[in-house]
Amino acid sequence: MERSQRDLVTGEKREFLLRMLKEEQAEAGYVSREFMVQTAESLHLSLGTVYGVTTFYSFLSTEPLGRHVIRVCKSVPCFLRNAGMIIECIRDELGIGPGETTADGRFSFELTNCIGACDQAPAMLIDDEVYGYLTPGKISEILKSYD
Amino acid sequence: MPEKRILLKNCEKIDPGDIVTYLNQGGFKALEKIREGISPGEVIKEVKASGLRGRGGAGFPCGLKWEFTREAKGEEKYVICNADEGEVGTFKDRYILQHNPFSVIEGIIIAAYAVGAKGAYIYLRGEYHYLLDSLAKAIEQVKEKGFLQDLDIQIQEGAGSYVCGEESALMNSIEGKRGEVRYRPPFPATSGLFGRPTVINNVETLMNIPHIILNGSKWYRELGTEQSKGTKLFCVSGDVERPGVYEMELGCDLKELVVDIGGAKDIKMVQVGGSTGKIIPSNMIEMPLCYETVLGSGAVTVFDNSRDVIEFVYRTMEFLNEESCGKCVPCREGTEVMMEILGRLVKGEGVEGDITALEELSNAMMLSSMCGLGQTAPIPVLDTLKYFREEYENCIKQSVFLRGLKAINV
Repeated sequence: MERSQRDLVTGEKREFLLRMLKEEQAEAGYVSREFMVQTAESLHLSLGTVYGVTTFYSFLSTEPLGRHVIRVCKSVPCFLRNAGMIIECIRDELGIGPGETTADGRFSFELTNCIGACDQAPAMLIDDEVYGYLTPGKISEILKSYD
Repeated sequence: MPEKRILLKNCEKIDPGDIVTYLNQGGFKALEKIREGISPGEVIKEVKASGLRGRGGAGFPCGLKWEFTREAKGEEKYVICNADEGEVGTFKDRYILQHNPFSVIEGIIIAAYAVGAKGAYIYLRGEYHYLLDSLAKAIEQVKEKGFLQDLDIQIQEGAGSYVCGEESALMNSIEGKRGEVRYRPPFPATSGLFGRPTVINNVETLMNIPHIILNGSKWYRELGTEQSKGTKLFCVSGDVERPGVYEMELGCDLKELVVDIGGAKDIKMVQVGGSTGKIIPSNMIEMPLCYETVLGSGAVTVFDNSRDVIEFVYRTMEFLNEESCGKCVPCREGTEVMMEILGRLVKGEGVEGDITALEELSNAMMLSSMCGLGQTAPIPVLDTLKYFREEYENCIKQSVFLRGLKAINV
């Protein structure tokens, strides 16, 4: 692929990198080494550069994640509203702790920093959906709606 | 002082999915007024005269930023709308984008006209992916109505990184790089996105623009205090009965906001401005909220008397440590060591000298970190040491005492 003079000067093709990584994350559930190699080639970047960007962002993973990713907010406003109880409840429901994936590959469970839903605290994201005003009673019902 | 709804006036009144409802409420009248014959220079003059300052937290005069960018050499210029609302306890930009994206877009178009930009980006944090479609549709509708003739607005999404809300890290992120901060100078106004002159404004800042253009700077200056003009969106959360976004005139009283409006009781302290915001103990909460005192992003987090100060500071430091971009040593290592010390205190394993170490580290980080993250990370530590020092001291005394008992096998 020939790069134009302008691209060489400004590196403007590179701006697609994060978008490409995000799309791969959404489709494949993670960013594989093969994908990073391919992307590096197509954007004329080093593999190290692509790896560096991939590992910088917490929503990108170089390891396969479950079909659905649960991200419970652990920041102060949610913590004040019993996020700890929600975390324990999910641990009980799924039998896994933060940073783990269920054996059937259905869920990955992560803790995350402020998701901007402090008015609905405690809150969490499942994939791109936000769930607020959580109580332990609601968790099982919410998890059931994901296959 | 009751709520003063200017920015939020149309929120929940208009349909964020239908531009016609925004037009019916006077939407894009500011842009039309400009197109009828106000020069870019005059727009900047008006924004400067209004006294509008950045609403993302840093509080830089908006008009000045625009002027620097307009005067900067270069054919290609950019406007960036910073919608990477990662500050802990802040959710006003989400609220705005959910309820009135058109007003923000109108602000972006005016900013671009004023500085002479042909390209604009909205940097939307990855956590707000659920807003992407409606925002893209809003831009599409604005285009269809002919308001976007000579400007291209793109949405760039983040992927989970707090520091990308910092302007130089954000620009690196748009460029497809790690979201690490840049050395400054050069400032974005001369060398920003792709090395081009760039104006970067917060969502709420941009939302003020149509109101200033329509009603004039004189009207705007009547709101607020000497150095803090206009209204501000406050995000009230934590130990309150009614968490939410409230628009208040700048200079409003913190106590009124958290007690009368938020419904807080039995307050121990309030943190204003997010994770690295100042701590206001309960005996000081009769305090005006403005740039002269405390403000930051507008996050107002209330803690009642059941809360453990050190545990809160530990959580905050853990957050800052995770989100430090790692480029400069004082921030990367400083947050790490502080987190270790605070973690020790939380576990009741404090040692003599921990307080001194925290204070010394704080000074070093504030003086030598590259960006706001590391420079302000020590604020919650120093403020709680100032107002709740006995909790730190008791914690250490207890640990030392218990270790002594263990040593003599009691």
